Amino acid sequence: MSSRSDVYIVGLGIHPFGRHEGVTGLDMGVIAVKSALGDAHLTWDKIDFAVGGSNTAKPDALVGRLGLTGLAFTSVRNGCATGGVALSTAANTLRAGVGGLAVVVGFDKHERGAFSSDAASYGLGSWYPRSGLMVTTQYFAMRTRRYMYEHGVSERNLAQVAASASRAGAAHPAAWRRRELTVDDVLAAPMVSDPLTNLMFCQPDEGAVAVVLARGERAFDLCAQPVRLASVAVGTRGPGSFEVYSPSLSPRRGGSPSVAAAKAALAAAGVRAGDVDVAQVQDTDSGSALIALAETGLCGDGEQGALLDDGSLGADGRLPINTDGGCLANGEPIGASGLRQIHEVSRQLQCRPMGLAAATPPRVGFTHVYGAPGVSACAVLTTTEL
Amino acid sequence: MSTCLAPELFSSTEPLVLAGSRCRACASVQFPASDQCASCADGSTVRIDLPDRGTIWTWTVQRFAPKSPYQVPPEGFTPFAVGYVDLGEVLVESVIVGDVDGLQIGQPVRLVRHPISGTDATWSFAFRA
Repeated sequence: MSSRSDVYIVGLGIHPFGRHEGVTGLDMGVIAVKSALGDAHLTWDKIDFAVGGSNTAKPDALVGRLGLTGLAFTSVRNGCATGGVALSTAANTLRAGVGGLAVVVGFDKHERGAFSSDAASYGLGSWYPRSGLMVTTQYFAMRTRRYMYEHGVSERNLAQVAASASRAGAAHPAAWRRRELTVDDVLAAPMVSDPLTNLMFCQPDEGAVAVVLARGERAFDLCAQPVRLASVAVGTRGPGSFEVYSPSLSPRRGGSPSVAAAKAALAAAGVRAGDVDVAQVQDTDSGSALIALAETGLCGDGEQGALLDDGSLGADGRLPINTDGGCLANGEPIGASGLRQIHEVSRQLQCRPMGLAAATPPRVGFTHVYGAPGVSACAVLTTTEL
Repeated sequence: MSTCLAPELFSSTEPLVLAGSRCRACASVQFPASDQCASCADGSTVRIDLPDRGTIWTWTVQRFAPKSPYQVPPEGFTPFAVGYVDLGEVLVESVIVGDVDGLQIGQPVRLVRHPISGTDATWSFAFRA
């Protein structure tokens, strides 16, 4: 049933997302790790190595709070794709036979308001932000506008994504945004960057997630329902990719890191996009979610409107997406966000969701994160029966 | 006399011409000009002048004031349009001067000097609808 090199998720822990006065990012990371260890009936001293992700703190400082066991601790910082890269790093290390038990943790605590970036760190001149061009929300809006023009997605479709996320968030005890929104609420909200209103964007916030990974048969001793991490793939952008903070683009389109990472993850897992029963896609904004659905192959370009209209993408639909409300309802603590996806999909596969349950017990799960400047990570998770 | 925000963006300021570069290996054009092609590992590049007319490829409106170093003028922030302009061989990101509620993909635009927000003393480029 399992081989010695198979990697399984055997423990899950989450610190609720949102705003937590007086609680540091490290505090949340500690709580998430202890929760995940408890879920696997393990203690920190049993863990062989750890990988942690944060955009604002030093994840390896967690050893001072969890125990100085001397384990190897790798810190990852890959923008919004941090969680996926952390998971990939840990899974590959396990597959290489280095240790049998790993903790992967991600946390962050961001200030209010949109993310801001330093031009020099992206290799850009100071003229770019000075001209008012270095704003992430502009990019998401322009990419969405072009996609709508080419593939017939409507503004109403954008609002449907946000309304659907709000329904899932309202039902999820660890989510930040717990108010259910109607399509009209979303469309009537103040415009941030046309065609995206402020209810179509996720916001930076705070939170932490941890997972415990185990290699081989041992997983079945630790967990009644291990989730098989069938594959995880990471890719950066190729030529022609439409990325944030690009003073120019090639008219020869292509090179999306999400297309590459999704293809690689599905191929490595030996499944097709059509086999996926439950998924998470990076919904930094409504437009990104719809584009990611097509880039990952979960639907075709332009099919999103019909899938939204007939309810296919809701928890009770045939392809439940972002069943915990995604980034739109949970906000985006960068280091934790990708692992939140893993947490939610794993719980759906184990039939123990914290919020909405997929109507049909899923067997194949898929996750997709995407971050600046053009890095994507996708994972395939399955039940052990598959 | 107002000064140019970033002279390296231009091959000429009178008349106004944006400076790009074309890869000798893959022919990709990029802006600003760079000695190294961004698309292929091969690429040494040659400098080229970019056309001063194109069409809107995509656009949005910046409805809130960007963070520093963008400067909000004393009279307060006014929303402005931003887009990618299709110049044939390259799509260039730019402020778009025009009716922010009436822009369309495919609309013709032309290169203009544009004062940098928060100062009368500095200018850069924009495309005017």
